Amino acid sequence: MILAAADAVSGNIATVGYGLAVIGPGIGLGILIGKTIEGMARQPEVAGQLRTTMFIGIGFVEVLGLLGLITGFLFQ
Amino acid sequence: MPTGVACADARPPTPDPRSCDLSSTATAALTLAAEEGEGFHAPTLADFFPGPIFGDGTLVEFNRIMLVRVIAAVLLVAVMAFAASRARLVPGRGQNVVEVLLDFVRVNVAEEILGRKEAARFVPLLTAIFFAILAFNITGVIPGLNIAGTSVIGLPIVFAVIMYVVYLRAGIQRQGLGGFLRTNLFPAGVPAPMYVLLTPIEFLTVFVLRPATLAIRLVANMIAGHLMLVLCFAATNYFILEAAPALKAFGAVTFVAGLAITLFEVFIAALQAYIFVVLSAVYINLSIETEH
Repeated sequence: MILAAADAVSGNIATVGYGLAVIGPGIGLGILIGKTIEGMARQPEVAGQLRTTMFIGIGFVEVLGLLGLITGFLFQ
Repeated sequence: MPTGVACADARPPTPDPRSCDLSSTATAALTLAAEEGEGFHAPTLADFFPGPIFGDGTLVEFNRIMLVRVIAAVLLVAVMAFAASRARLVPGRGQNVVEVLLDFVRVNVAEEILGRKEAARFVPLLTAIFFAILAFNITGVIPGLNIAGTSVIGLPIVFAVIMYVVYLRAGIQRQGLGGFLRTNLFPAGVPAPMYVLLTPIEFLTVFVLRPATLAIRLVANMIAGHLMLVLCFAATNYFILEAAPALKAFGAVTFVAGLAITLFEVFIAALQAYIFVVLSAVYINLSIETEH
């Protein structure tokens, strides 16, 4: 069934590449946000500062995943 | 020929389904499943380059995205001017909303990152950038406009270049050119041989990666959001109008998913505006602080 379908499936291997590319940022975001929540739970009084720092970190991690996205379009 | 509900712009039909790489497997699966009708048209990058409205081929070629940008800019200025002209000591409801947003940029972004003393210089710029990006992003989910003004790289580059000039200028003003380069390219407290590795990386970070990632982050988020929306609503259109009866129920699923993504996009629009100004403030701070 899958083999039969494989004949008809057309597309770009870049799609798979993007899937691979988001694994790293995915893990990164998980650790980053999880640790921030941990920190907030331990010390709710610095929650605001932690949140800002988390968003700065998210900005850096997220751009990796997005680079994967645009690479798919650039090198078709 | 089915076109996406969310994408009212006239886009050329893609002759080769292989060119739409992002969702090609989804397309293939759907065409396999239906095996009839005109098929499902996945969104492509062509969505972001609609035909010109006037000035075809000239320097002032004006297309739909330009029109959306002009509308967003005019609306933003009108709302702000209206709120400012009727400003009272005791704010009304509309003024309150604007003031909360203005205060958010001043307190939660500028003053928290730069400190109260340094922030004063940069608050007007950061506020203007925040509101501009928010306005241009939010057009992506407004019915009728349906595309973010920032979803083509030109506008994000303009914002990034402005911030690039501002943070370099702030750093050089504060420390002089030599001092600025020394604190940024040769961070203190590192053994001297490490500078062989560290200095090129720091150079790339300060002069290339920071502005480049500011622009790319914004544009890629908006492109991804638009593609997700179009994918959902185009799939809804296809499932309900063309697909085999057994598949019509999936139309409801993709429609609800499209609505959910619309709400998500509102969140993303605000988040990206926030992240842009936060990172800009961080870069300014990194430029002007002399020692860690």
